[in-house]
Parts: sequence; C-alpha cells; structure tokens
Amino acid sequence: MSIETMVGGQISPWMTGGGRESDIVLSSRVRLARNLDGIPFPNRADTIVLQGVIQELGEAVPELSAATGKPYILVKMGKLTPLERYVLVEKHIISPSLAQHAESRALIVEEDAAVSIMINEEDHLRIQCMAPGLALTEAFQSADKIDDVMEARHNFGFNEQMGYLTACPTNLGTGLRASVMLHLPALGITRQLNRIVNAATQLGLAVRGLYGEGSEAAGNVFQISNQLTLGHTEQEIIDNLYSVVTQVVEHERSARCMLMRESENALSDKVWRSYGILRYARSISGQEALAMLSEVRLGIDLGIIDTKQASLFNELLIMTRPNYLQKVSGSNLLAADARDRLRADVIRSKLAGRDEEYVK
Amino acid sequence: MLCDNCQKNQACVHITKIINNQKLEKHLCSECAKQSGEMNLAGLAFDNSFSVQDFLKGMFSQVVEEAEPADDMACPNCGMTYSEFSRGGKIGCTACYTTFGARLEPLVRRIHGASAHIGKVPHRSGGLLEVKLKIKRLKQELTRQVSCEEYEMAAKTRDEIRDLEKGLVEETAKELKE
Ligand SMILES: [Zn+2]
Ligand SMILES: [Zn+2]
Repeated sequence: MSIETMVGGQISPWMTGGGRESDIVLSSRVRLARNLDGIPFPNRADTIVLQGVIQELGEAVPELSAATGKPYILVKMGKLTPLERYVLVEKHIISPSLAQHAESRALIVEEDAAVSIMINEEDHLRIQCMAPGLALTEAFQSADKIDDVMEARHNFGFNEQMGYLTACPTNLGTGLRASVMLHLPALGITRQLNRIVNAATQLGLAVRGLYGEGSEAAGNVFQISNQLTLGHTEQEIIDNLYSVVTQVVEHERSARCMLMRESENALSDKVWRSYGILRYARSISGQEALAMLSEVRLGIDLGIIDTKQASLFNELLIMTRPNYLQKVSGSNLLAADARDRLRADVIRSKLAGRDEEYVK
Repeated sequence: MLCDNCQKNQACVHITKIINNQKLEKHLCSECAKQSGEMNLAGLAFDNSFSVQDFLKGMFSQVVEEAEPADDMACPNCGMTYSEFSRGGKIGCTACYTTFGARLEPLVRRIHGASAHIGKVPHRSGGLLEVKLKIKRLKQELTRQVSCEEYEMAAKTRDEIRDLEKGLVEETAKELKE
C-alpha cells in the first residue's frame, strides 16, 4: 500500500474490524511519547538536527517490518501536499500539528494504518496504535512492541524519577496517552452528557470532541483519554480508562433502552427523517451530516433500520470531512456551497442502491 | 497588566478559551484564579476547551512568582534557560531535566499529583533499574495492604521487598568492583 492509496482510500483498513462494544465504541488508541537522549526536542532543534532524527529513525523501517510481519513505509511530510496531510488528520493517522508544521516532519506508517509513528511532532517519536472497538490492551501491547523494537536501536531519554522524558511535562513518566472514541447519541438525546463528562473529568480523564482539543462534539462522538501519565503503571492507566469507558457504555445502553421503551415511535420517526435527508438532500453541511449520520447509526444499532452495514457510519464519518471531499473533487479549491453539494452527492451515492436493504 | 476580575492585583494567570471559534482571553491574579476555579490544580479538572499549553503557561507564571528571582542558569546541552522554558511551556532536551531537576520537581508534582515513575523501563538501561522500580511498586502495594489490614499479604510483600533490596545491594557492589 502506498501513501497515495492511504490518502485516497475511503476508510483505513483497520477500521473495518468491528471489535468489542462496537455499537458504541468506535475505536481505541494508544500513544507513547519518546525522545532521543541528548538531542534537542523538536521545539528547540534546527533543520539539520531534525533531518538527522528523521534519517536515524527511518532506518528502523526494515526492522519494524521484520518484527511485526507487516510492511512499513517512511513518508516525509514535506513531500505531501497540505491537502493530503489534512486528509491524514481526518483519518486520525497524524495529528493536526504534524500536518501544520510539515517541514522536517515525517511519518512511519504500517500498511493498514493501524500503527503510525510521528517523527518530530512535539516529541521525536509519537508511537500510535489504533484498534477497532474497545481494545485498549491490544492497542497498548502493539505500541509496547513497537517501542521495544525502536528502543533496541535508539537511546531514549529516561530517568529513574521522572520516567520517559518528554518535551511537555504533562507527558512525563509513561508517555502514555490512551483514548477511546465513543458514539453516545442516546446520552445526547436524553441530555445526560454533562453529567458523564463531569464524572469522567473528576476521575482524571479528559473528554473531547471528535477531532481532539477544542473541537466540538460533532455527531455525538467523544474521545475519552487519561490526563495523568506519571505515578501509575501503564496497566493501571489502561485499566482505569477501561473501567470508566465500560461504565459510560452501560449508561449509553440503558439510555437507548429507555428511549426504545418510552418513545419508540418518536425515535423511529426521528431516525427515518434523518435517513431521508441523507438519502435525498442535494446539499448538506458537515455539521448537519454528522448529526444525521449519528441518528441513522443509532437507528441501525437499535434495529429501527435493518441492515448489516453499521460500519457505513464510520466510513461516512471520514468521507464527509471537508479535506477528504476536497481530495475527491480533484478541482482546485471547492467553495463551501460546492463542498456541501459534493458531500450530499457522496452520501447519496453511498446509500443509493441499498434502498431495498434499508427500507422495510 | 491588572487582573480582569478585581482590577487590583497584578495578573499572573493567563487563560485562553476557545468557544465557537471565538478566542476569549482572561487575565487573573492568582487569588481570583483560585477562586474562579478555572484552574483546579489538584484534580487537573480543567475545562477541556483550554489548551494544555495555555494551562501550563498559567502554571509556570505562578511557579516563577513563587520561586526565587530567575537566575540565568542555562542547560549545557541545548542552551535553554529556565525563564525561556517558563514562557514557552516546553522543555528543550532530555538534559534539561537534569539541569532544572530541583525546580521542575514541584511543578511535575502539581501536574501529576506524583513525581515518581513506576511504569515501563527501557530494557537497555539494564536489570538494576527494573528491580528498583519493582521495589517501588511493591512498597506502594505494601502501604495499601497495611491500610486495608491485609497483614498476612503485607508480611509476604515486605519479605519480597527485603529479598529484592538485598540482591540489589549485592549487584551494585559487584558493579562497583568491576
Ligand atoms: Zn484578581
Ligand atoms: Zn536542555
């Protein structure tokens, strides 16, 4: 797989998996921050140093492939167009910051995009592993293994007291940020989200919208992640997040049951109206598309809409993002109204020909 | 700059909030910041629309106020000074942690509520460090067991710690001889 197919493809291969609790948990992600000992951190390094870091870390590619049995490629961010980089952000393969400051930044990425290593982001290395559904342990084990491979070649900054040394002191210690992406429409409809957010925050977790810090909770999709990285083992951090997430999942389930029990007709009407808009609209904004997709996915999960295609929601989540649409259009720069029309086209053609499958 | 709230004290906590793509800036004195609850240091339960950098900048400026007037100590490896670091919120290199170790410790404690790493250790750093960390973890476990009155378990843990410590001393002595 080349970087072109990774950018152009509709969905990253790892996302098609399903996984545990996949009616609510869209994906799990684990990220480890590591730095080369004695080399200035990216915020303080000049171009020559940064290029040297890319060169050195890039040499690990064959070993990563050998150790995991999967092909890896090295991609220099400067070689991609800004648009291609932002599509990678929309697919959660790289962070917005890596896309923004592309000069002297690079990415080592595994064929199905489940593993990506950002080079010269805030830290020299950001090892990121993704898995579908609730699979924090699997994602962690995978990141841990990549870390072992890299560590055998490179001297990572570490001290006994503060653990792995990072550019920002908020990542010290384990350097571990574990996060889970959740679809919580029933908690949204029943207005219980604030309570959940407050409870999670009090337990040392952060709750954010779909695209991280500052992004609004579009489409009822939330990320929950650990805040603290020092003073706990990796396993404790994972276990704590896991236990909070399973409780949130339970709350969402019971809210869904309550909705079905007490207002099935209204809910069914809402879901089918959203489906109608997605199926026939000629122009739709990103916000509206996310809101409608969220309701349709809820309808699918509750059996109101009868289809096996639950992953359609995950696919359309990516396919309706502005940069992906821009990429699909191929033209120079889409105006907002043209983009809204293209978005409606993309959704319609994705749903077309499935009428029999959907409408009972 | 004066505090936005009381208009009396010097503002030392600067908060940037982004709401609906509108940037809102707040400048508070440390008293008003504490009272407004914008920064809950202990639980890190800050509003998630803050960026971590902004949050840290606020914390650094507080720390700087409390600390002695900043001297010009610079990291011998990357040249970063402590005041540069407190302005930017980011550290310069791994050696900075040694250079500014004593000053960073209280800050790290405020962020994480702890300042001792008990997680993974690079394998190449050798077996000794892994043993030391195991002892640290067991000591935590021992405290918990004692407070839960699990005395039988606690005795076992204590023995295990003693054995590990004995081994550690022997290994260290051997290393010193070599
Ligand atoms: Zn004040
Ligand atoms: Zn330094």
